[in-house]
Amino acid sequence: MRGIATPATLLLVLGGALLLAGLNLGTAAGSALHVPTYVVSLVGKYLCFAILALAVDLVWGFAGILSLGHAAFFALGGYAMGMYLMLQIAGRGQYGAALPDFMVFLNWQSLPWYWYGFGQFPFAALMAMLVPGLLALVFGWLAFRSRVTGVYLSIITQALTYALLLAFFRNDMGFGGNNGLTDFKEILGAPLSSDGTRSGLLLVTAALLCALYLLARWLTRSRFGKVLIAVRDSESRTRFLGYRPESYKLVVWTLSAVMAGLGGALYVPQVGIINPGEFAPANSIEAVIWVAVGGRGTLHGAILGAVLVNLAKTYFTGQLPELWLFALGGLFIAVTLFLPRGIMGLRPGSPVPKPPVVSEESAVSREATP
Amino acid sequence: MTAVGPVSDTLLYLDGVSVSFDGFRALNNLSLVLAPGEMRAVIGPNGAGKTTMMDVITGKTRPDAGRVVYAASTDLTRLDEPAIASLGIGRKFQKPTVFEMHTVGDNLLLALSGDRRPWFALGARQTTEEQARIEGILDTTRLREHRGRRAGDLSHGQKQWLEIGMLLAQDPRLLLVDEPVAGMTDAETEQTAELLREINRTRSVVVVEHDMAFVRALDVKVTVLHEGSVLSEGTIDHVSGDPRVIEVYLGR
Repeated sequence: MRGIATPATLLLVLGGALLLAGLNLGTAAGSALHVPTYVVSLVGKYLCFAILALAVDLVWGFAGILSLGHAAFFALGGYAMGMYLMLQIAGRGQYGAALPDFMVFLNWQSLPWYWYGFGQFPFAALMAMLVPGLLALVFGWLAFRSRVTGVYLSIITQALTYALLLAFFRNDMGFGGNNGLTDFKEILGAPLSSDGTRSGLLLVTAALLCALYLLARWLTRSRFGKVLIAVRDSESRTRFLGYRPESYKLVVWTLSAVMAGLGGALYVPQVGIINPGEFAPANSIEAVIWVAVGGRGTLHGAILGAVLVNLAKTYFTGQLPELWLFALGGLFIAVTLFLPRGIMGLRPGSPVPKPPVVSEESAVSREATP
Repeated sequence: MTAVGPVSDTLLYLDGVSVSFDGFRALNNLSLVLAPGEMRAVIGPNGAGKTTMMDVITGKTRPDAGRVVYAASTDLTRLDEPAIASLGIGRKFQKPTVFEMHTVGDNLLLALSGDRRPWFALGARQTTEEQARIEGILDTTRLREHRGRRAGDLSHGQKQWLEIGMLLAQDPRLLLVDEPVAGMTDAETEQTAELLREINRTRSVVVVEHDMAFVRALDVKVTVLHEGSVLSEGTIDHVSGDPRVIEVYLGR
């Protein structure tokens, strides 16, 4: 089973995206085989979430850092892309001004300094990685150096995303406040409303997901990955072997935030809006549920979990919107109780005992009490 | 600063170390000298401060007072665990702590002395030299046929041996071993004593142990701790004849 998981994942993601794009562009609207454009963008959105799930799994599944704030990095990447898209509107907004509409509405005369450069795609793409990466670097450096772990770390990641939520809600922050950034027209000169652009975005997302999956796979199988797993299962033991767990965590944590940022950057043109709601703590928790459902510590499990749970979400919020949160909560409880290793744990001959949830840290300190 | 105590012929020198936890004095002005190449057994009743002493030496606990001088030059109380481990001090825990999800071979690979930085680990490939060292340790610890097994699947005794193997892989100058034979069969205890003696040929060893038969089998200088300080020191026959030791530990 182990051997086919990687090619199967790549084939499903890339092949699926190609098939959908082909059926969308290559068939007539009335044909039985035609895939409507909204489906193309919906799947593109799922794959962006899969990138976020991959990022969460990298830190939670392999380094034992339960982040309840990863959607913050996703949203920051999304805002960077949103700022680029916003500046492409130039002159075609409601007010016909060179400034984005919300700035005209606020009576601003010129772009704030931190919007400079976002008119250029390469700059915005770089920022979609740099901003979440730098935030993660600073946050992680402070947290890991002080040996903040476990539930305490989870709580401050939650606080981080909540603080950003409140900040981005403020109109005078200059990111569109409550309404966020929307009404996008084109990306790299291609109209966002066209079927071709939509299919192209799906294909780019699928390709990026595959590339990041392979990167994560290489990373987790390297000696670096072995140390990470050692840190996850027994942090203090790795210290007595001479490793600095905080450095290893910081590297993977920052990389994970950059990945999440990239996911967010591709998410925004496909859903057409980014607003502070993306920072909502519940979004981060949902991402953790995707990973738990798919199988924590298996990279393809994270992708599968993100796609399946979001399929269910699309169905539920369409048919029985008021029941979705109950279904999600129930799903999490059911997976925790009956499928501790997620869907991937169901495979025949699936390896390994469940990784210990409680770190050995606590065991050692118990031992150490005189 | 004047040199305190016997500096030149000392590997480890604990100088008046005190540690309190919430008012409880776990270590009380503890002083202890270990010569290079020496093996020392440390015994004492529960709460005597044996594990706390290990914690202080390895940087897990910072003492309230006192110094821990290593190799006549370094004060360990200023360093953290990874730095102390890199100086060549290895520690084996009471409860075997191996990386359960990794194979026996990978456990040893991670323990092998070498560059510990993330950037190195990212590109590291197992060299033939590392391969050879792992083979050697697998033989010493009799774990050769278990190389590909997950450490979590090993028996208790095998885990203890794997952990000793990991210590050997670290290639330390000083080994701290906390209750190595707890939960072992008599035969395993015998083998462990032998293994420790073999290790002691090239390294210094401090063994904390409850099992008096095992301490006797080691046949080394014994330090008896009581209420955080040294109560008695000498051969096993000397300390077991010491009336103070009999009162607090053996008799009662």
